[in-house]
Amino acid sequence: MSAPLGKDLLGLEHLSAEQITLILDTADPLREISERAIKKVPTLRGATVLNLFYEPSTRTRTSFEFAEKRMSADTVNIATAASSVTKGETLVDTAKNLEAMKIDMVVIRHPSSGAARFLAERIESNVINAGDGMHEHPTQGLLDLLTLRRKFGTLKGKRVCIVGDVLHSRVARSNIWGLTKLGADVAVCGPRTLLPAAIAEFGVTVFDRVEAAIEWADALNVLRLQLERMTGGYIPSLREYNRVFGVTRERLDRSPRDLVIMHPGPMNRGVEIDSDVADGPHSVILEQVTNGVAVRMAVLYLLAGHAPALAEAAKGGDRS
Amino acid sequence: MPAAPTVVLNARALERTVARMADEIVERADGTEQLVLVGIQRRGVQIADRVAKVIADREGAQVPRGALDITLYRDDLQTVGPRPIIGKTDIPWAIDGKTVVIVDDVLYTGRTVRAALDELADFGRPARIMLAVVVDRGGRELPIHADVVGRVVDVPKGGRVDVFVSELDGRDEVTLVIAGEEG
Amino acid sequence: MTELRDVVLRGGRLLDPSSNLDGVGDLLVRNGKVEALGGNLGTPDGAEVIDCKGQVVTPGFIDVHCHLREPGREDVETIQSGARAAAAGGFTAVCAMPNTDPVTDNQAAIGFVLKQGRAANAARVYPIGAISIGQKGERLAEFGEMVHAGAVAVSDDGKPVVSAQLMRTALEYARTFGIPVADHCEEPTLAAGGAMHEGFVSARLGLKGIPAEAEEIMAIRDILLARLTGGHVHLCHMSTKGSVELIRWGKERGISVTAEACPHHLSLTDAAVEGYNTNAKMNPPLRSAVDVEAVQQAVKDGTIDVLATDHAPHHNDEKSREFADAPNGIIGLETALPVNVTWLVKSGIISLATLVERMSCAPARLFNLPGGTLRRGSAADITVFDPDQAWTVDPAAFLTKGRNTPYGGRILHGRVGCTLVDGRIVFRKMG
Repeated sequence: MSAPLGKDLLGLEHLSAEQITLILDTADPLREISERAIKKVPTLRGATVLNLFYEPSTRTRTSFEFAEKRMSADTVNIATAASSVTKGETLVDTAKNLEAMKIDMVVIRHPSSGAARFLAERIESNVINAGDGMHEHPTQGLLDLLTLRRKFGTLKGKRVCIVGDVLHSRVARSNIWGLTKLGADVAVCGPRTLLPAAIAEFGVTVFDRVEAAIEWADALNVLRLQLERMTGGYIPSLREYNRVFGVTRERLDRSPRDLVIMHPGPMNRGVEIDSDVADGPHSVILEQVTNGVAVRMAVLYLLAGHAPALAEAAKGGDRS
Repeated sequence: MPAAPTVVLNARALERTVARMADEIVERADGTEQLVLVGIQRRGVQIADRVAKVIADREGAQVPRGALDITLYRDDLQTVGPRPIIGKTDIPWAIDGKTVVIVDDVLYTGRTVRAALDELADFGRPARIMLAVVVDRGGRELPIHADVVGRVVDVPKGGRVDVFVSELDGRDEVTLVIAGEEG
Repeated sequence: MTELRDVVLRGGRLLDPSSNLDGVGDLLVRNGKVEALGGNLGTPDGAEVIDCKGQVVTPGFIDVHCHLREPGREDVETIQSGARAAAAGGFTAVCAMPNTDPVTDNQAAIGFVLKQGRAANAARVYPIGAISIGQKGERLAEFGEMVHAGAVAVSDDGKPVVSAQLMRTALEYARTFGIPVADHCEEPTLAAGGAMHEGFVSARLGLKGIPAEAEEIMAIRDILLARLTGGHVHLCHMSTKGSVELIRWGKERGISVTAEACPHHLSLTDAAVEGYNTNAKMNPPLRSAVDVEAVQQAVKDGTIDVLATDHAPHHNDEKSREFADAPNGIIGLETALPVNVTWLVKSGIISLATLVERMSCAPARLFNLPGGTLRRGSAADITVFDPDQAWTVDPAAFLTKGRNTPYGGRILHGRVGCTLVDGRIVFRKMG
């Protein structure tokens, strides 16, 4: 189909396994472009992509920017505050303005769950969700999937445990959807205060102790613990969190397997993960970053050029 | 009813043609020293492999082989319809100063080769680029010309010529289909 | 002022649970009162005859819980537009909650609401006064002065009464005036920041949830305080299985607790929020299927005494926002009847007579309001409706200024034919 992902990438919950696999299959060969001397292909030449970030983010934004520039797109960055106190323009008005400026694609990160969808419903441009509140962070989920797939060959039957603040994590949600659809066995581990009350309905195993998770898993995806969780009363202290739930060398050494360690970054060294684990031989954290650019290039490639009128007239076929 | 395909080259004929192409390539390149073969995804890659094997047998030289996927350089992505699958590009050595031979199965409009030239330019500056194709079916839309041609096949309007390789298609064959009411 | 004509409501099904009446006949309205009911009443000279064949003629509906936004937010509703919308929904009377701007917490404010209501010349408007000054939850408002000025109940709705001590005092003090104290049950620390029901849907959508327990904890607290004080507590917009079980417990022990439920909690679940639909966002939120079923059964067995609307109009600009930032509330005056008929009556859960009891007789009785009956000599507050008529909900056609409804485009059963207040026709369906 001419628009295999539809107009937007808002999340992984409603994508099929085929669509997710298509994105991963597209991303894999794109990794090579970042190895070249000239890290550029002309595919999105002339396309304008807006990075609309209502939350501060260095890593995700730069990753998207590299992906966009390596595809030869023109990029514009807007970093703006979204607090209700300093609220400038409403999202509705922003959408209208973007429409008027004829921007081809918008990458949006916003603190409110549903914001990406809100925007996508109001503009013709392709919208890519770079993280909306606690809801989803689909490109992160995809790069995690790609990393694991490259490591294991397949995700079917692989045991992946997400460790940490699942309740507030959009990365966790995207991972749960993506992993489940590709046939992995998914578990979560963390203090009950940081797991959704309805976690059982996600079809995942729940480990209350990280030791049990480590014994069970083929791979751990360790989530960042935010300082606000302590001040919000979810856990008594970061110190206790590390002592009870921290992924430490000592705990890891008890794993019966070569446990793969992932982390979406940025890391709180010494809180959710210890440095010798993060920098150790089982960590694929840096590979995740590399795969991130490729995945984002793949998403841009698959979404761009979604022009229904042209697709109608398209003939397709061999034109060599 | 679609017309039955005519076999232009059967397996043995294709083998001979590829062998002759390999000889011509070496001849035009004045030997194998700076020679590098780059096959265009998909079937150009398999043809390039066979050419390399012939050269190895005849000249005793291992010629480097690379693969080029030109999807991202196509000029018709906006109108082609389904988003094409991207294949593997693998050019793991410098091409500066080399004689690069682009290998493809069928040369038609020339747009694929144009895309390949653009992509190679992003990898470096070869001393020389040549084009070797199994079939030249005419119908050029750009000023592109093949240096080494396996067979010139005249394809009537609406027809198509296909090169099949056993690695992908289970058989070695070049066929021509004349347009009937194709399904 | 035009002279009040006699009205004959001809050939409808006369349904009045308060007088055990259920039969086809005519109803004669004279001088603003129900003059006669029976078969084949004649037509007095100059009387207006309304053909009610195929329709039901009942005592007028009374909504004990709605928000008319005036004073303060006349851009989203005025007492006039609200009263007219109420009449269009078959309501002959509504009770207006005091969370206006400024808060209706004194006799002058009560007087203002009454005055505006009278001027609207549509459904009657009874003001509810605040429990605490400014609804701040600190000092008691002057119940006596407000009642004297016309308040029919007190409530800090919009907000819960957080202090148990204040709630106790309010219940005790209200006894002097024989008025109910209506509470919005929401434990603030559990509910803080919540945007919808806490469950699988909220977990999937990444929205902070409000657990059912936030409502139930305050419900049982209020029930126990009613027991302690002997006061009448009225629990607003009950939405959970646990809440109705607790109310049942209280009633079994003879505690003076009454409860209301709203149409959306009887018909929609949290699944309606899918897609971040802000027109499905209200407080208390839409709950699970299990809760909906339990509240429906509670309406049937009388644990829920009264069906109210919690009509809460909001401006389109305010609702066109990221979900978590959108205000809570949906309109309901013009959809209450069809939603209740479609989900409660047509589904066989309750009879039409029970519906009328919950929408008219009980509200009048429990809030000590005139109405809720078709007895001879009573004021002619009457609703005529067709319970079978199917129609498509078109928010653009509503009389309320609000458009924030989750039922837009739905086909529902139950349409108001006409509404009379004091014998005057205050609403008539076109066509």
